[in-house]
Amino acid sequence: MTQGIGDAISSHVSEGAFETLPANAPGTKAIEGRSPVSLAFDRLRRDRGAMISLGLIVAIIVLAIAAPGVAALTGHGPNHQYRGLDALSPSGQPHAPSTTFWFGTDDQGRDILVRTAYGARISLMVGIGATLITITAGTVVGLLTGYFGGIVDTVLARIIDMVLSIPYLLFAIALVAILGHINMWLVMVVIAGAGWASVARIIRGQVISMREREYVEAARSLGASDWRIIFVDILPNVIAPAIVFATLLLPVSVVTEAALSYLGVGVPPPTADWGQMISSAQGLYQEAWWYLFFPGIALLITTLAFNIFGDGVRDAFDPRSDRLFAK
Amino acid sequence: MLVKLDNVVKHFPVQSTSIRRHSSDVVHAVDGVSLEIQRGETLGLVGETGCGKSTLARCVTRLYDLTSGRITFDGEDITGLSRRQMRPLRAQIQMIFQDPYGSLNPRRRVGSIIADPLVIHGVGTRDKRKSLVQETMELVGLNPEHYNRFPAEFSGGQRQRIGVARALILRPKLVVCDEPVSALDVSIQAQIINLLADLRAELGLTYLFIAHDLSVVRHVSDRVAVMYLGKVVERADSTDLYNHARHPYTNALLSAVPVPDPVAAEARQRIVLAGDVPSPIAPPEACRFHPRCPKAEQICTLQEPALVPRFRDPETHDAACHIPVADEEDLATARRTA
Amino acid sequence: MIRFLARRLALGVVVMFLVTIAVYVMFFAGNAENIAHRMAGRQATPDVVQRVYDNLGLNRPILAQYGHFVWRLLHGDLGRDYYHQVPVTTILKQAAPITFSLAIGAAVIWLVLGVSAGVFSSVRPRTLADRAFTTTALFFYSIPVFVLGLTLLYVFFYQLTVHGLAIFPASGYVGLTSNPYEWMRHLILPWLTLALISAAAYTRLSRTSMLEVLGEDYIRTARAKGLSERRVIVRHGLRSALAPVVTQFGVDVATALGGAILTESVFGLPGLGYESVHAINDQDLPVIVGIVIVAAAAVILANIAVDLMYAVLDPRVRLH
Repeated sequence: MTQGIGDAISSHVSEGAFETLPANAPGTKAIEGRSPVSLAFDRLRRDRGAMISLGLIVAIIVLAIAAPGVAALTGHGPNHQYRGLDALSPSGQPHAPSTTFWFGTDDQGRDILVRTAYGARISLMVGIGATLITITAGTVVGLLTGYFGGIVDTVLARIIDMVLSIPYLLFAIALVAILGHINMWLVMVVIAGAGWASVARIIRGQVISMREREYVEAARSLGASDWRIIFVDILPNVIAPAIVFATLLLPVSVVTEAALSYLGVGVPPPTADWGQMISSAQGLYQEAWWYLFFPGIALLITTLAFNIFGDGVRDAFDPRSDRLFAK
Repeated sequence: MLVKLDNVVKHFPVQSTSIRRHSSDVVHAVDGVSLEIQRGETLGLVGETGCGKSTLARCVTRLYDLTSGRITFDGEDITGLSRRQMRPLRAQIQMIFQDPYGSLNPRRRVGSIIADPLVIHGVGTRDKRKSLVQETMELVGLNPEHYNRFPAEFSGGQRQRIGVARALILRPKLVVCDEPVSALDVSIQAQIINLLADLRAELGLTYLFIAHDLSVVRHVSDRVAVMYLGKVVERADSTDLYNHARHPYTNALLSAVPVPDPVAAEARQRIVLAGDVPSPIAPPEACRFHPRCPKAEQICTLQEPALVPRFRDPETHDAACHIPVADEEDLATARRTA
Repeated sequence: MIRFLARRLALGVVVMFLVTIAVYVMFFAGNAENIAHRMAGRQATPDVVQRVYDNLGLNRPILAQYGHFVWRLLHGDLGRDYYHQVPVTTILKQAAPITFSLAIGAAVIWLVLGVSAGVFSSVRPRTLADRAFTTTALFFYSIPVFVLGLTLLYVFFYQLTVHGLAIFPASGYVGLTSNPYEWMRHLILPWLTLALISAAAYTRLSRTSMLEVLGEDYIRTARAKGLSERRVIVRHGLRSALAPVVTQFGVDVATALGGAILTESVFGLPGLGYESVHAINDQDLPVIVGIVIVAAAAVILANIAVDLMYAVLDPRVRLH
């Protein structure tokens, strides 16, 4: 301990400095650290179940985009009501799947295959759009209230409690009632309006625990402003839980959109929408099972794919959790 | 004189758990501390956990607002400065933290962490900053090619070096070291302490070095102050303190320092203090140390001792004790009479 | 302990209060003309509308209206519905037992089914049984309520009836007190619909929770002490693993009580959820308000009950 200065300098330069990490071999480039996010992505890529479901999701997206192509292929439009005998029986009953109408027709003589394809557009757009809005709104609120605290936080925390005490679907349909009218964009707003509070609560909790950490104190002692601390120190740590939440919200948003349409308060007819098709099918499925079956299966597959993918993302970010299909 | 603390007081209101907020209970973290730190010297600050030294460190760096008192830095009164006003001064006062794992943001690359002060204070261009960062990394004994790594990839000692690099990159006038080695293994402690000592010589720094381990403080400090329950109980030059400690508390601390020579260790008598450190919410009356003091007397319970030189000590050595320990006195055989 | 309860209740009251404010602001404020128009009917002339407007007290300042609203609320008066002037409380009282039967019945099924499947799965991870359970859970978890409901109706009602086995009815509700057998017969499919999906969620939840707990050091200690595996799981593992399940259960039951909207719609059960959808389609605001308030109250009470249970089970919570 009582070394002279000369000895001290040589000691800390020679072996102490590079204790465990050796110097780079000459000619190699500087070693880059792997960020936790990129490590998570790697784990995700190796998860077969997640990758398969991702492929499925991509397929559904392609189907949605290519809906007009499907229409062109079959020669039927999504809202066109066909009257011919292969579309509707003389008494107005829908026709079973046939070579002209691969998925059959509905009670108004419309092509169910084409409508299912177009329905994918609504489900995906609203599902993804609503999720984005919810996550953004919830994260911003959670971040600001969690960091700044004070009276604003107290008030907002109570508001979050309030929103969370009203059941999700009930709140969504109440919002529709208030708005008076509805269209696709408003459906996104409504779903986000019912869902932002859960995100905000989680993010707020995370931020509150983060703001007491020593690295935030260190940043303050360096003279960093609050905004710098929020953006540079806190936000990167909040991105991971936000992404995980987003994967949880995607299937929920898709199903909620369908549920709203099923109840008659979603995207208005005649737009092709899975929930709405199922709702119309309710009176007819006994004779026309295909009217219920195809949109129902489409909805199920979409939700299933998002759920499996979401599970995969969560496992990728938190490798401690036990995975069923370990690689 | 670089830093002057004038009767600094910092109290924290006690968090009450009931709905009603008012509670007159207050934690007397720092209760009237006056210190001076000269340019270029290292002032060591020693004390047990809870004595207020970390709080004092944060007061000096203005992370806390003072309850009362005054802090003068480089001739300027910084006590009442707002956060915005403090900002440019923060380039001159830097802090090294205790926890090498908590004081670095795990999701940021090390180069970015060290460059933080440069970015915050608008120094240099991107390239210039990168070269400064790498220069500083080399200065503290890190491989500059590792600047893109994450803190998780470094050992405890190396992370502390990163903390040092971050603190020094702006070449501050004052560096407050808050227990910089307490969380490290003993062999690594030695390296970091030597690093700090070398850098002080190389860069002409001034340190406020806080620790609870006397042997560590002895090695780096020119002068030492001993704190107990929010007050300074003894101040002296390093050698004076270790050879002629006057306050019973200081003597007790010194007797607890491990001695390498087993024969000497055997021969030595430990001074064991009775009881625990009292709560800073309700510190004892008069001399705060009297309930645990091995030689307390009546006067110790009645009157608070002043921090002045005792016996024939020079002006640089003062102690707050009514019955200080004389040169040949063996405190281990002392008796209380209070 | 009493303090803790008092604090939680006070907080609950505050949140409930906020709910009433939000509900009032969202539905009534600024909607005055619409309300008057709707009440007056289609053919009403402007002065009829004006009279209705005055009658409903809509000409008074917002704060006064809100105060009046809260006052009536505290006396148990939720107003009358727009179309038939039936007191909302009457509507709610008729609908509540239906929702109650549905929710509680389903809750019992899903809790038992879900937790046993989840725990069973977790103690034999990665075996065929585990994979089977987990995959089934994933499947049912992903199926939308109304799709499952309609599918069950198709299979168990339509197909069976067409083939001569009229076991299940298509829709409707029969009170427990009037005919228990019919009551159950009408509720089995709805129960299954709700319960299968929630059971799937609970299987996943309890499995994850149990796996996490079984990895803890104290479980390893228990095993090392030589305790039988069953002892380890039941006495040591379950207690901590079930904590998040219990929390979730409290909230879920309360939410279901707030109206299992989709299930009631599929099976034509005139419970709270069903009423709320009709009310919204008719823009019958007092009914919607009433249901929202009742639902929120249920959730808040459930949260308090869960917190209380935690305080009883885990002393650390009380010291907070």
